Order: sequence, then C-alpha cells, then structure tokens
Amino acid sequence: MLTKTQRPKYLNLFRIREPVMAVVSIFHRVSGVILFLAIPFLIYWLALSVRSPEGFASASTYFSSPWLKLIGLMLAWALVHHFFTGIRYLLMDISIGENLPAARISAWLVFGIVAVVMLVVIGVMWL
Amino acid sequence: MTFRASGMRAWLLQRLSSVYMVAFIVAALLWYATSGTISYAAWRQLLANPLIAVAVALFFSSLLIHAWIGMRDVLIDYMPIMGLRLVILLGIAVFLIAMGIWLAFILISVVKV
Repeated sequence: MLTKTQRPKYLNLFRIREPVMAVVSIFHRVSGVILFLAIPFLIYWLALSVRSPEGFASASTYFSSPWLKLIGLMLAWALVHHFFTGIRYLLMDISIGENLPAARISAWLVFGIVAVVMLVVIGVMWL
Repeated sequence: MTFRASGMRAWLLQRLSSVYMVAFIVAALLWYATSGTISYAAWRQLLANPLIAVAVALFFSSLLIHAWIGMRDVLIDYMPIMGLRLVILLGIAVFLIAMGIWLAFILISVVKV
C-alpha cells in the first residue's frame, strides 16, 4: 500500500515524456486536421487557376506575400508530415517495421525525412 | 463480427484512398518538375483531357472520404458529449459534400468530352 501512494501521478501531458512514436502519431492527427481545414482553399485555388488568365496568374503567385508564405509553409509541413507518417503506417499495415525497435527507428527516420523535405520546400519558396 | 459493424470498411477505405493520393501526388510532382513554366492555355488543355479530369476527380473523392474518416476518428476520441459530436459530424458531412459539389462544377466546366 505504501508503494502505491508514493507513485507519482502525472495528469499534465507536458510532464510526461512521450515516446517518439506517440509524438509522430499526434502530429499525424494535428497535420490531418490542418489539411482538412485547407480543403476549401485548395479547391478555391483550383477554381481561380482555371477561371481566366488573370486568375491563373494570381493562383501562380498565391503564396508570394510574406504572411501567406508562412501559412503556405505550415500547410506544406502538414502535408509533408502527414504524407510520410502515413506511408509509415501503410508499411506497418503490411507488417513492415511492426515491432518496437523498428517502430522507434522509423519514427526518427520519418522526422529526419520530413526535416530534409521541409528544407527543400523552404529553399523552393524563398530562393 | 460482421464486416459492417467492425469498422473494417472505414479502415480499408482510409488505406485505399491514401494509396491513391500518394500515387497522384507523386505523379503530379513528377509532371510539375518536368514541364517547366506552365501557361494558362497548357493548364486548361491538361484539365480538358477526360482522363486527367477523372484522375483529379478520383483524387478529390479520395481526399473527401479520407478527411471524413479521419475527422470522425478524431471526434470519436476527443468529443465525449454525444449530442455535440453528432452536430459537429453533421456539419463536417455537409461541408465535405459541398466541397465535392463545388469541385464537380469546376471539373465539368473545364473538361472537354
């Protein structure tokens, strides 16, 4: 009974050290919700691009203002993260990398791939 | 356990839609990387092709189905108030159907059959 009362009880999520797989997982959800919110903007962009030559021109330079660039960067992160973590889950579904050590490695690997791809995206957007 | 009640259909649709979207995004990026500067005329001509229009329609169908299942999963996990959950789900369903109709109008206006 004594050991039971001495056990620390953390309900504060920020004091729990999440395993890397859990971080990948929650970011998969957060990025999914961001992408859901982006759907009308994507369809609006498509509508704009086919409406007229002027519309096409403004759709081509959609993310040229600094503030829209930041939003564009966030959307790009959401897409890139959701894309690569999604592929990781698809591979797990066909029994590739299902065990704990492999899942830990692939979670770090996905973070690495997302970081590299985001550097490329930043390069394309700003250079 | 029946197929209908197990959630197997949602699980399978989520995977099938994701595989299609991955293939579409890779193909679109390859096309973009190899086609140089794209003019308005070339863009309209591309989407006028019925095969391309169908591929785009399938992409957005996958996207809307994927978004529905994903948002439903999130709400089931984080919205314990049943009535509110149903109201939000209904709102999402109406929103996604509206997005699908909007997209259908755009594609029908550009495709040349």
